[in-house]
Amino acid sequence: MSAPAGFRRRYGASPLHLLLVLVSFALAAYAGLRLFEGDALGVAVWFVGAALLHDLVLLPLYSVTDRAAQALFTRGSGPTPPVPRVSVNYVRVPAFVSGVLLLVWWPLVLRRVEHYTAATALPADGFLGRWLLVTGALFAASAVVLVVRTRRWSRAQRRARSATK
Amino acid sequence: MGASGIGEGQPDGVPPPTGKEPGKPDAPPVAGPPPGRAPGARKPAPPKVKSGPLTRLREAGSTALGAGPPPGPARPEFWRSPLRGPWLTAVFGLVLLFGITVLFVTGLLSYAAYNPDLAAVNDQTPNKGWLGFYLFSWPTSPYWLYRLTQGVHVTLGIVLVPVLLAKLWSVIPKLFEWPPIRSISHALERLSLLLLVGGAGFEFVTGILNVQLHYIFPGSFYTLHFYGAWVFIGAFVVHVAFRLPRALRAVRPRLGDPAAGSEEAVGLLSPHPAAPTISRRGALAMVGLGSVSLLVVTAGQSIGGWWRRTALLAPHGQDPGSGPNGFQINKTAASVGIRPSDVGPAWRLTVRGPGRQVDLTYGQLLAMPQHESALPIACVEGWSTTDQRWGGVRLTDLAALVGLGANTPAALVESVQRGGSFRSAVLSDSQVRDSRSLLAVRVNGAILSADHGYPARVIVAGAPGVHNTKWVTRLTFGGTG
Repeated sequence: MSAPAGFRRRYGASPLHLLLVLVSFALAAYAGLRLFEGDALGVAVWFVGAALLHDLVLLPLYSVTDRAAQALFTRGSGPTPPVPRVSVNYVRVPAFVSGVLLLVWWPLVLRRVEHYTAATALPADGFLGRWLLVTGALFAASAVVLVVRTRRWSRAQRRARSATK
Repeated sequence: MGASGIGEGQPDGVPPPTGKEPGKPDAPPVAGPPPGRAPGARKPAPPKVKSGPLTRLREAGSTALGAGPPPGPARPEFWRSPLRGPWLTAVFGLVLLFGITVLFVTGLLSYAAYNPDLAAVNDQTPNKGWLGFYLFSWPTSPYWLYRLTQGVHVTLGIVLVPVLLAKLWSVIPKLFEWPPIRSISHALERLSLLLLVGGAGFEFVTGILNVQLHYIFPGSFYTLHFYGAWVFIGAFVVHVAFRLPRALRAVRPRLGDPAAGSEEAVGLLSPHPAAPTISRRGALAMVGLGSVSLLVVTAGQSIGGWWRRTALLAPHGQDPGSGPNGFQINKTAASVGIRPSDVGPAWRLTVRGPGRQVDLTYGQLLAMPQHESALPIACVEGWSTTDQRWGGVRLTDLAALVGLGANTPAALVESVQRGGSFRSAVLSDSQVRDSRSLLAVRVNGAILSADHGYPARVIVAGAPGVHNTKWVTRLTFGGTG
């Protein structure tokens, strides 16, 4: 067996793979030593926490919420298995958009920044109201789309029925 | 607009293509595999590695756990979304490749804009060592350069949040892949992924909190965000090197998905997908709509003027007042402890040069030749203003008071502000010599307000906001703190 093949068997990838990873680790260590200079424990918690925040906190939360919404929109009951309906998207899409707006701007929306007005001379009390209005507008737009599509669909149905008569 | 993509998925009433529990798309199989799965989907492909300590360890683990992943997320069939697959992950990945590259470059530019090598007071990360290898003297032209680069940095970072989350969602089965470690290279790659995902999350979270002045992170924002970026970027480059060819293959036009469990599926396709409620393009449109919405409620704070009112949720989406001084304030006079006596009749401007010093009263400063420059305020937090009409004394004219001619050196600018960062800054010689650089006493035709730096503030073309020192009391030409 040739040397590169032997390396690949023992390591699991090419020598270039190893070199590239080691270069990146050296850079990470060089910067990491400086990153951890102050409150090392705090930084470690934030860094690892940031890695896990989505996968272990946000994802289970929104998956369960989405499943609950799907159950609401499921059609059929009894012995036949229920079928999820695409109409769940009329709630899912505006809820998603409203959710990411809150996820990014929650410190201002939920008034967590005490010194905001003192520093900027700007009023701090409007963010929650504006976020609620945006959320309302998103759901309203979704409702309009739903109404328009339902009307179009039922008109097409009527036309199809009268054509077959 | 709120229902993009609907109708592209599985139409209502059509039975799901596979699966026995369509109503429970992500139901974890608790005991044993659910029936109706493709054979062989449960067990990972037999390893190519023949022997070695890791292999033996894994074999021992497999024997102990009953050959195969334990019940739960480690089993491929636990993940039921029909959306996951190489194509969707590749699209998000390619968007992030472009976006994060722009974020990194504009971030490096922002650090350079502070001229950290010029003086200790300009450098928030003095331990940077070789990480400052690329630094250069920040130019004064075009005067809107920092406004553009930092506006892009912050706005793009915010706009990418839904894409980052969607990317993480699309690869979640890989977090639980079984066996957790297949080889030494795989172990190193997973460690690198911790730096990648942790670094990305760390950078996005610290940045987004900082622009909202929510300083709950464990240390100085500059230290955390700068070194965090360097920890992240190595893992990012490695990830791109390892995955870009695969991503480009995945977005090539093709008919249908590769088979679940195949090498091309790279562990992303569900072997037991639930009935779709939205198409992949629909999901992509939903994520895009999230990004566009964030752009709409944010970008106005960087564009300014009429557009500012559209930044409904951004920290600087409103105007603090009206009139000549009614534009954005970074820190008010009260918030940094400026007392009326500091800037009252006793205020003096001290101008120092090599071996000479001149003290000017406010009246004497006003009596000097007055010039005008139209320049914006652009903050590291990403917000900025349109050009304001500043009036005041050229920095070169002040240097001339202490006998310095055309070759004016760098200058240390000090504020009456007692504490906090950026109460002083060193301006480079090119910044001082620019004819637009003023010690301003007026703005838009009015006397400076207390919050904008009365009695006098520096305004320099292209400099970050905090280098336009307010409440200036001393200028030391040739001084670097």
